[in-house]
Formats: sequence, structure tokens, C-alpha cells
Amino acid sequence: MADARLALTVNGVPRELTVPERELLLDTLRDRLGLKGAKRSCDVQVCGVCTVLVDGEPVSACTYLAVDAAGREVLTIEGFAESEEFAEFERAFADRAAVQCGFCTAGIVLTLKSLRDAGELGSREAIVEGLDGNVCRCTGYKSIVEAAEAIAAGGRS
Amino acid sequence: MSVDAATAAPGAATERVGRSEERKDLAEKIRGEAQFAGDLEVPRMLHGKVLRSEVPHARIVSIDTEAAAALEGVVAVLVGTDLGGFNPLWGHAIKDRPILAIDRVRFQGEPVAAVAAVDEATAEAAVRLIAVEYEELPVVDTVMAAIAPDAPILHEEEVERGLFHGLGDLPEEEGNVCYRYRLDAGSVELDEAEAEITVEGEYEFPAVFQYSMETHTVIADFGDGEVTLWASCQHPFLVRAEIADLFKLPIGRVRVIVPYLGGGFGSKSYTKMEPLTTALAWKAGRPVRIQNRVDESMVTTRRHGMRCRMRTTAKADGTLVSRNVRLWLDTGAYADNGPRVCATAGDAAPGPYRWDAVSVDANCVYTNTSPAGSYRAFGAVHTHWIGEMQIDEIARKAGLDPLEMRRRSLLRKGEPVRPDGTGKPLDADLIGDVEKAAAAVGWDDPKSAWVGRGVSVGLLAAGAHPVSRAGVRMEADGSVEVNVGTTEMGQGARTVMAQIACQELDIDLGRVTVQGADTRFTPYDRSTGASRSTTLAGLAVQRAAADLRRRLVETAASRWGVEPESLEVRDGAVHGAGGSATYEELIAMRFGFVGGEVIGEGEVRPEGGTGSYAEGPVFWEVCIAAARIRVDPDTGRIAVERTATIADVGKAINPLLVERQDEGAVLQGIGNALFEEMVFDGGYLTNDTLLDYRVPRIEDMPESMRGIIVENADGPGPYGAKGCGEGAQAATPAALATALADAGVPMTELPLTPERVWRRINQLKEEQG
Repeated sequence: MADARLALTVNGVPRELTVPERELLLDTLRDRLGLKGAKRSCDVQVCGVCTVLVDGEPVSACTYLAVDAAGREVLTIEGFAESEEFAEFERAFADRAAVQCGFCTAGIVLTLKSLRDAGELGSREAIVEGLDGNVCRCTGYKSIVEAAEAIAAGGRS
Repeated sequence: MSVDAATAAPGAATERVGRSEERKDLAEKIRGEAQFAGDLEVPRMLHGKVLRSEVPHARIVSIDTEAAAALEGVVAVLVGTDLGGFNPLWGHAIKDRPILAIDRVRFQGEPVAAVAAVDEATAEAAVRLIAVEYEELPVVDTVMAAIAPDAPILHEEEVERGLFHGLGDLPEEEGNVCYRYRLDAGSVELDEAEAEITVEGEYEFPAVFQYSMETHTVIADFGDGEVTLWASCQHPFLVRAEIADLFKLPIGRVRVIVPYLGGGFGSKSYTKMEPLTTALAWKAGRPVRIQNRVDESMVTTRRHGMRCRMRTTAKADGTLVSRNVRLWLDTGAYADNGPRVCATAGDAAPGPYRWDAVSVDANCVYTNTSPAGSYRAFGAVHTHWIGEMQIDEIARKAGLDPLEMRRRSLLRKGEPVRPDGTGKPLDADLIGDVEKAAAAVGWDDPKSAWVGRGVSVGLLAAGAHPVSRAGVRMEADGSVEVNVGTTEMGQGARTVMAQIACQELDIDLGRVTVQGADTRFTPYDRSTGASRSTTLAGLAVQRAAADLRRRLVETAASRWGVEPESLEVRDGAVHGAGGSATYEELIAMRFGFVGGEVIGEGEVRPEGGTGSYAEGPVFWEVCIAAARIRVDPDTGRIAVERTATIADVGKAINPLLVERQDEGAVLQGIGNALFEEMVFDGGYLTNDTLLDYRVPRIEDMPESMRGIIVENADGPGPYGAKGCGEGAQAATPAALATALADAGVPMTELPLTPERVWRRINQLKEEQG
């Protein structure tokens, strides 16, 4: 397996790495960079627990080659949690207990951030459509929709 | 058996329970900082991969591991015959299962060999180099095939009870039936002969997958006569006992540490991947991690599929007379928790009604499919919908509204639940509950064609064995650690336990921390499951916090030379006529310097019995839901318009968490009822990825979902609390199936897929000409 040189930005920090060409972005983040917030579950791009943002777009890191992120900006939950904007998300989820086991939460939060940035959180229908790629087995989704509505309203409950 | 609350709350100025406090684990989880087993790194840790059987039933002719062992980076290759020095079989209910198959495989996916290597890719590559020669045997792929007179027998050898069988004696060897549960009262035959209304049918319930999103993950370190496990397990103390038994170690030499769980729902109850990971670590002489993929977790445990024949009779006016049930649960190749699922299904089969006669014959059956165990509301979910379909059919024949039928027929508080009069009597107001659920979905609202509404009522034997202990430890600075073995798997246990301690000590939630179990330091708790934690572990925490409070009061009393009874505890301090002292000041007084801590202990154990299943349950969990659906006759697709569920919790320690947990149960119930199904074909699982096995997504949410909390302070837990979170899952499929029947489409098979429903609609049209 050939190795490749990879330059990318992760959570605002430029990184230069040598990785096998076949390495998945999820493994690069978790095992090389110690960013464990993105999780592994279905391995087939259905469940969304591995969601990270690449140039602002949500991708499933379990099926995304690390080398395809070359020259791009990757945002993981650890990076987003450092931002001022994150506080709104945290408050919205906390107030509605929209977290249970927490395994899917990072992926959902990042998806919601990308939706809000794209102006696609305007209605309940838009939220439901936007979160179609994120499974949550614990909550029944209602609390997540409520949190998303609060986030869409600019964090105002 | 009783577990009465022995301690009253102090004269607290602030109510700390009954409030929707923010989750203690919220920040860690939303920031991605919460650690799950797969996030842990242990020094020198290797990665394990498992070779699983490709065939459902075969004799193993040979296993060639030479090429795998020679691969660079491979540290150990393990096969079943390496493990002769340990006990050969495990299983908490029935010891019927080898760590690795030795001479025979009994299901597709059964572990045959395992490799430990420097990384996962190397281990995976090595597994592919192992060559196994199988001589295939006839496959027993369904329960009906398994109970046929000439069926091949899956377990010919005599099996032993496991450490936690807990259900009386094993039955006489009876072919592929590994456990049988019977309930008999009155003479069903006599009553059936005289019945004015009889309804009967044969029903099919699917095997489904729990899909906790975090797959089973275990790190094992087998040191010098000592095992340490970091495991995604719900019941660490039972895992500890089984590992000690299997590997011939004293219980104190096995240590199980439990981080956060990414969901459990029963899939991580009892012992799963821990024996194999421990064995591989032993062979490798280094710590090893095994993390299942989703397809591996699917064949590690699942919910039982079931075939059931039920007949219910009544008088012409709808008065219930008798119920006769025979059912066969498919427990797969190994029993896992099948016996308990079987007993619970049998207990739930009569439903909470008054009968002249009942006969239940529940059988737990081996087949050549992957093993089945616990999944939220097991047993109840299996039989509840069938019983309720028949109650509705009787109501229709007697000209009664389904709700009126239930008002007339449901058991009242204090009446025996088991028709033979044994065990705990009914401890809830079912009629009050069902009225609330029906009202919440607009029971009497007008409805058009192809719209139906249904209601369902059932009971689930909850609590498991009533043994839980806890410690509450206060440091010199007044901060508090609640030491309790409950596993946090999303239900919010750490928050609830902290609130209970705060109530007893009258302190703020921010002063309290709760961590996962480490069996070396955490007091014993039987398990996290059966909706038991708030009730039993919560009661232990309440007692431990009260014990701590007593010690602090005694310190003040002896210091001030007054009687303890003259003192009052309020707002983190002890107050008396002579003055007040904060807890920190009292600890400093007690030790005379700025060190030391005070520890309170609490214990819950069977009182006046052994805590057996027959004496119990600890409480009957109420399973009540109502639903309104519409079905598209052209496609068979069901839209769930409204659901309502009842959380009859006695006292809600944290009401928001109660509601949120039940919302999740409703969605799992919708999945189970409408589309989830593990499809086996000749013993082969045909849909082992999430592409093919569909779980509820956000668009599957009902248009309206109501959760109603009922607080009658009638539970055996702290402040009259009793458990929740499973009842809604048992009741939801039943409410959906009865609603569909109300819309004109009675079904006898779950899931209610569009194709199945569409075919049934067309069949009914044909029958009606």
C-alpha cells in the first residue's frame, strides 16, 4: 500500500501527514490526530456518527479517503466546540435534553451547523430533510428537532 | 419480597427531585469528550479480529492457521482447542456456549478463530488467511423446524445452569427446547367448550436488531492471574462473575471498568464479547481490543423471533373467560437470555385481565441462527400486541368500543397479575392510565376511511433480582461522589442518581459527580436493565446518602453535646439551637484538620424471600400506548399520525428525562412494528448492513408524539418511584397493530411492511367479493 503526503487544515490548524492512500479520514482523525469525537458505527454512510465538515460540507468520514481532504479544511466537533457559535448549540441541546447516549450527537451538531450556514434550517420540513443522514437510536428525534428549531431561531428559545 | 423505602427525605428547603435538571453528562457528550470503550487506548494494546463461521451448521474438519500466524505484525492466533485449561462453556442462563467453536459451528457468524495483531488491518488480513474446512450438517432454520419430531438436535450434551439462570430448574431434556415456562389456572378446555365468543389465530413476530450505535467493544488485559476489562457492558458485576468462573479466577482478580455506553437497549446486557477478548489477551500476553463491526454485533445478539398460537374466549357481552397460549421463541444457537425472555413473554401473555382460566405454554427453542437475548421490553413486546388484537376482536364481536372493553375488563390495583395468584399483585391504576392515553390521541375524534385508532395495555415483569448497593462519599471540601454501579447508556442514570443524593443532603447538583462502574471500587449492582436502576440502585443511593447525612448529624451532635434528633439538615449544613455548621466544617471538626472524608452506605436486598423471579417482580412496569394511523390502500404504507404513551413512574425524579426516554421507545416500537426485521434464509442472515436493515430515521417520527407522566407514588423505589422506558416500547407495536385493524386491516404478522399490508388489503377485498 503506497503512502501519500497529505496537507490539510484540521480545526484551523495546518497539518502535514504521511498516510496510506487507502486510509479513511475517520481513521486519520481518530488514530493519528487523537480526535475521537467522530465515531464509527455503520461503515456504509447511513448512520452519520462519523460526520465531519469538509470545506463546510458534511461528509461521512467512514467512507471518505483522507487523501481526498488534501488542501481542504476539516472541522470536527472538537474544533467546533471551541467556537463562540457552539454555545448556542450546547444550550439548545441542554435545555431539551436532546442528548442521550451521545454517540450520534457530534455528527448531528455538525450537520446542523452546516445546514444553518447554508440557510437550510428554516422549517420543520427542512430540518427533517437535512437530518435524514443522521440516525439517533435513543431520542426518537423529537428533542433534536426542537433543539434545531431553537438553533435556527438564533439560539432564542 | 419488598424493598420499601426506609428513609424519608430530610426537611429539605429545596426539592431536588421532581425537577428537570440538566443532564450531568451533557457537556462532555456534546463536545465529543465523553469516552466510550472504542476511544480508550491502553499501553501495548493489540487489535483483535474474529474469524466467523460462513455456514449455519457444520462439523469443523480442520483449521489451518499457519499462514495467518506467519504474517508480519501478528502476535497471536487463537482457536478453540487452545483453551483446554479453562472451563469449556459459558452462558449466564445456560452454559451451552464455547468461547470459540471447537468441533462444530451452530450459526453463521459463530466465532471460530481470532487474531491479535499490531493494528486492525493486519489482524483482518490474517483472519482472511485462516483456512477452515467444514462438513455441513442439516440446518434447523425456524422454530417449527426445530420442534419437528425428527429435527437434528443442536445440543446433545447435557448442559448446566449458568450462574444467573434464576428461573428455577432446567426442564428435562426435550429436543431443541432449552427452557419452558408454564402458567395454568382453571380449566381452559372446559371454558372453551362453553364459550360464546372465540377468537383465535397464529401469529409471527420478527427477529430484530437492537442496534445500539456503539458496537460491542472490549479491551482485555490478562496479567499474572488477573484480568482487567474495559467493556461496553450493561451488567459489569455479572460479567465479572462469568469471566472469573470461565477462567478459573477468584472474583476479586477480575476487574471490569465501564466507560460511557453508546446505547445498550439490552444488547450489552450480560456477557457478550468479553470471554473471547479475554481469551485472546491471554494467548497474546498483551492487552487486546476487539471492536465489532455492525454485522458482527448483529450476530452477537438480537431480539427473539416468535411463532404464537393464541385463543381467547368471552361471553356474548364481552366478559372475558379464558386465554390459551402456545408460543415458541427462536433463541438461536445458544440460549443467551432466552429463558428469561421466555418467562417474561409467558407472564405477559394473559394481559392484565381477569380470567376464569388461563393456559400458557412458552417454549424457548434452539435453531441454527444467531443467538437472541435481551432487547428493551423483551417478552412483553412479543405477546402484548397479540393479546390486545384479540381483546379488540372480542370487543368488536360484543359490540363494545375498545376503550370501554378495557374499562370493564382490566385488573384493578391489588388484584393478582399472574392468573395462578402467585407473585406481586397489580401496583398501578391501569384504567386511569389508559383513559389518559386514549384522550391524548383524540379517541373520539371523527375519522375517515383508512384511518384507525388503537389502544394497548400490558404489563412487563420489571426489576430483575433486587440487589443493589451504593456508596456516597463526601470529601473534606464538601464535594460528593456517588458510587453506584449503574451503567450510563443514555437513559440519564448519572443525573438521576445525583439528584437523589442531592435531595437527601440538600445540596446543589453541581457538587455531585457520578462515574461509571469499576468493579474493584464500585459497590455491587446486579445490572442495568429491566427498568430497575432508578427503583433499586436509586433506593440504594437514597439510603447511602441518608447514611452519610446521619454521620454528619452525629458529628455535630457529639461536638455540640446535643441529641441528633434536635438537629436539622438544610442547605448543605446542620442546624441546631446552638448554631450551624456546613458539611465542610463538620468534616474538619470530625478529623481535626483539613483531610478525611465521610462515606455513607446503602443496600437493597430481598426482604422476606430470595428475590426469585417467581416471588417478584419488583414492580409491574406499565405498558400503555394509543395511536392513530392512516393507511394508504394503494401502497399499504402506514403513516403514524399520533401516538401517546404513559410513563406510570410513581414519581418522576427528572420528568424531562422520563419523557425523552419514552420518545425513544416509541420510535423503536415503530421500527419493530412497521419495518425492522432480520431476514434469515436457510440460517443465513441476508440483511446484515444498515443499508438493508432499516432503523427508524427522523422522517419516521409520528406527526404528533405525546408522553404522559403519571405519578401516583406507588413504586417501591425512592419517593415512590418505579421504572420506565420499556413499557412504551412494548405498547407501541400493539397500539399500531390494533389501530391498523381498526382501519380495517387486521394483521397476524409483524413487521407491518407496505407489501404485507397491501397484500392483506387485497386479500380482504377478494374475500368480500
